[in-house]
Amino acid sequence: MSNFITSSLGKKVILSLSGLFLIMFLLVHLTANLFLLGGSDAFNIATHFMDTNPVIQIIQSILALGFIIHILYALIIQFQNWRATPVKYKKKYQKESSSWSSRNMIWLGIFIFGFLFTHIINFFYVMKFGEMSSTIVHGEEMHDAYKLVVGLFTGGTLAYVYSGVYIVSFVALGLHLNHAFWSAFQTVGWSNDIWRKRLSVIGSLYALLISVGFTVIPIYFLFIK
Amino acid sequence: MKVKLKIWRQANAKAKGQFKNYELDDIQDEMSFLEMLDALNSKLIKEGENPVAFENDCREGICGTCGLFINGRPHGPGEQIATCQLHMRLFKDGETIVIEPWRAGGFPIIKDLVTDRNAYDKIMQAGGFVSVNIGGTPDSNAVLISKEHADEAMDAASCIGCGACAAICKNSSAMLFIAAKVSQLALLPQGKVEASKRAKRMVAVMDELGFGNCSNTGACEAECPKGISLAHIARLNREFLKANIKS
Amino acid sequence: MTKLDSKIPEGNLKDKWTNYLNSMNLVSPANKKKLDIIVVGTGIAGAPAAASLAQLGYNVKVFCYQDSSRRAHSVAAQGGINAAKNYPNDGDSIYRLFYDMIKGGDYRARESNVYRAAEVSNEVIDQLTAQGVPFAREYGGTLSNRSFGGVQVSRTFYARGQTGQQVLLGSYSALKRMISEGKVKMYARRQMLEIVTVDGHARGIITRNLVTGETERHSAHAVILATGGYGTIYYLSTLAINSNGSAAWSAYKKGAFFANPSFIQIHPTCIPQLNDYQSKLTLMSESLRNDGRIWVPKEKDDKRPGNDIPEDERDYYLERRYPAFGNLVPRDVASRAAKERCDAGYGVGDTGQAVFLDFKHALEKQGKDVIEDKYGNLFEMYETITGESPYERPMRIYPAGHYTMGGLWVDYELQTTIPGLFAIGEANFSDHGANRLGASSLMQGATDGYFIIPNTISNYLSDKIRTGKVATDTKEFDEAEKEAKERLEKLLNVNGTQTASSFHKRLGKILWEYAGMARNEEGLKKALTMVKDLKNEFWKDVKVPGTSAEFNQELEKAVRIASAFELSQLLIKDALSRKESCGAHYREEYVTEDGEAKRNDEEYMYVSAWEYQGEDKEPKLHKEELKFEFVEVKQRSYK
Repeated sequence: MSNFITSSLGKKVILSLSGLFLIMFLLVHLTANLFLLGGSDAFNIATHFMDTNPVIQIIQSILALGFIIHILYALIIQFQNWRATPVKYKKKYQKESSSWSSRNMIWLGIFIFGFLFTHIINFFYVMKFGEMSSTIVHGEEMHDAYKLVVGLFTGGTLAYVYSGVYIVSFVALGLHLNHAFWSAFQTVGWSNDIWRKRLSVIGSLYALLISVGFTVIPIYFLFIK
Repeated sequence: MKVKLKIWRQANAKAKGQFKNYELDDIQDEMSFLEMLDALNSKLIKEGENPVAFENDCREGICGTCGLFINGRPHGPGEQIATCQLHMRLFKDGETIVIEPWRAGGFPIIKDLVTDRNAYDKIMQAGGFVSVNIGGTPDSNAVLISKEHADEAMDAASCIGCGACAAICKNSSAMLFIAAKVSQLALLPQGKVEASKRAKRMVAVMDELGFGNCSNTGACEAECPKGISLAHIARLNREFLKANIKS
Repeated sequence: MTKLDSKIPEGNLKDKWTNYLNSMNLVSPANKKKLDIIVVGTGIAGAPAAASLAQLGYNVKVFCYQDSSRRAHSVAAQGGINAAKNYPNDGDSIYRLFYDMIKGGDYRARESNVYRAAEVSNEVIDQLTAQGVPFAREYGGTLSNRSFGGVQVSRTFYARGQTGQQVLLGSYSALKRMISEGKVKMYARRQMLEIVTVDGHARGIITRNLVTGETERHSAHAVILATGGYGTIYYLSTLAINSNGSAAWSAYKKGAFFANPSFIQIHPTCIPQLNDYQSKLTLMSESLRNDGRIWVPKEKDDKRPGNDIPEDERDYYLERRYPAFGNLVPRDVASRAAKERCDAGYGVGDTGQAVFLDFKHALEKQGKDVIEDKYGNLFEMYETITGESPYERPMRIYPAGHYTMGGLWVDYELQTTIPGLFAIGEANFSDHGANRLGASSLMQGATDGYFIIPNTISNYLSDKIRTGKVATDTKEFDEAEKEAKERLEKLLNVNGTQTASSFHKRLGKILWEYAGMARNEEGLKKALTMVKDLKNEFWKDVKVPGTSAEFNQELEKAVRIASAFELSQLLIKDALSRKESCGAHYREEYVTEDGEAKRNDEEYMYVSAWEYQGEDKEPKLHKEELKFEFVEVKQRSYK
């Protein structure tokens, strides 16, 4: 088994499985976010549940581990890949042979990580450790997460900047996922000429869902509500 | 037609290389790319210059010896051909053609456009065979093989070992090359017996030899002169996982 | 008169090989470790020979000029590999395969060797299948067969149009396995320069490391040459650019007899030469002649595009001259007919050196889908090279040099006249007589390599177990290396004005013109002088840039071409001496009334084996008389 972890394919399997895990997480996160469209009570209840449910708390630490493993292995693999290509071509034409996103996974990933970092500071950190106003929904006191979100996405230039960053980041995530989805299945061996087409389509739809789903939020608050 | 050539020149493995420019005036459409280089070389020899070293042999796209990176693509423009099958009619009059050697950690340069692809042989040595002795084999029809499997194995087996896959790969990964062999033999009952072990051993050697990790961009498949499918890489991945789960 | 002993075992044809195996001397497993064997060449004969011998326990060293042993030109064989399996139940047998080869070879091959090849062929298919060669299969899972030129049964096993590649890679994989087990030492990128003989026995070779330029000495108790044919002697041929006969030639100069050098097969369906820079003639499978019709315009110098020439102005000359076989006459007949038409001024294309192969009628009759299914790959290949679609315009084809039936003379054990020096595959002469049947070259190479040489070599080696390691610091090695180095320096020091390739091209033209598909005494004599003059010019005016101490492709070429001049002279002399037409050797003076090849069995039913007598001395002709005890000798007719 030790050979497995040090081998190129083993590392890629770990990267893929952690990626697939994060892919599932994104769906959960998106579901929670969409409660925003249902108004403050709905969202606050959902947030409260995520905040207090003991199972979710355990999963949360696994999630953190998932992120760490995914990022760590992506970097290890990338450094090896750079080492394997010591000299670059003067002219390289790849437009027809591979997609832009597949060639730029690491940069998309780094960009997304940058966003993740600010995102954690803006939301997760504040909700866990920061000062937050409370609200009472159906007789139960809980954090007013809705207010926190609305605060970031509305009012003034800063909201536009933040929304812009948010939207660009999710476009980047969409591109990342567009390649990642099928690629993860391919790496764990679940693909052939038929499934590759299917998985590619599902992957693209999924990537679109995530991108659109998340970008709907700032747009909703900025322009609709 | 006229062509301007920008060719990588490097005296030997250790020397520092550089691009040199050449011009040829009387190139005909129906010449093959390598014949154009032949013409350049005879001109250079007559002018007292060293000819450009490039490798080729069968000149019909099957031996896998030739391999030039032409205008940013392995084997140049044209679909599913080796360099020797490329013809000048695919270039425009007056076009500048950039010619480089394979550039991959696993393929060090020997001279000019000639690279050392011995690494592919070493990978084959690690397990690209069926461990069967010569002599005393059963009748060929004693083991039946479905046409589908035989055909798919043949698709994989058509690899010519030219190195274009690793050459175009942004990670210099040799996965398509290995996958072609692992997949071919895993599809056939004769090779199935040691399929997982084979995958494990070949991947281990690939890692040692300085090739990168596959990130499934698909460039290898698109540029492979034999159009070998990424599905074979998926099969390699399966065999590799199986091998590790078993042990 | 002759020193030739072909060592044919006693007994009935069927029993000869068994008798041989039963009575040959063996080397015990413990003693095999003490014996070294050199194999030069890694094609369909060399690779399996090395693998088999290593598996038996010998220490094997393998050499090839390519960067990898997987690239030997066997890789380019398209059609298939024959065996007498009789899977289709169509009346095939070992005897029938043997008979077809003897007849196809126009009764100029040795019965015992051919029968053995047919006998062992079945085992080769089983071996290759076990190695994972993906031969074509029927839906039921059994192996598929197809028929091939000039025979009435389906006995050809194939893997799409890439049989050579698959069969070679099967053998390559066996070789790789032995390398990984440490039983074979592989030396790629080596050019063999000299054979080293000690006390008359082959004991090693001198090679040049093509990357560093160093000359190297390698010793062994036996040397096997599996170095292929010399078809590139015509410059333009279906062979790989670097294929060459220089290794066999150096063996000849060390005393190995060279047999039937003038027997060279010209393949009728190749893409013709389009311009003067052309370096290669690509073969198009002869299966195209099943549906394509060959024609030229009825008018001389008619330069209209094929489609513009109306039906009644076309001359389907094969159908006209050979109504019984039509477009499906054997390779040599089809080739000569094309040449005859072109020489008479009816050739098409810019050069006038091509004929049309037209699918118009087949397309009309069978539809594009059917034709595409049958020949799609070939049509694509044609279009890649010529830029013309055979669906829309008739293809242009012309014959090209393809396979050399001639080669080093070997006895039944595949041993040359130098003890300890063996020749296998296309490098020897033994199985194809004056003309080779389709799909039998892979068969012969593989049988030689897998199953024949591993046995026969032990008969030679059995009394060498006490020899001990062969030293390389002896005067024999000194001399051989010195000779090789001097030749390299001599080539570099000419410092003339013309490239080696330009000489090769001119040599090719001479041979193609006068010693190609059709030959006559006057032409051959003229060619002999021309080659001699060209050779002298070469040694005065060739320009080989660079040094011998580096990667130098021009030097590699020059070495090959230097020996090609000498081999050409022998080829011409052989063609001159054989005053008959047989198989691929067509002497215009010796033809039947209607212009077909006419054998002279009374005087020429022999193998000509030439012995080197020294530089600028006439080689000596030895004759191995051929006896046909098991077949009736007939005249071929395809009318």
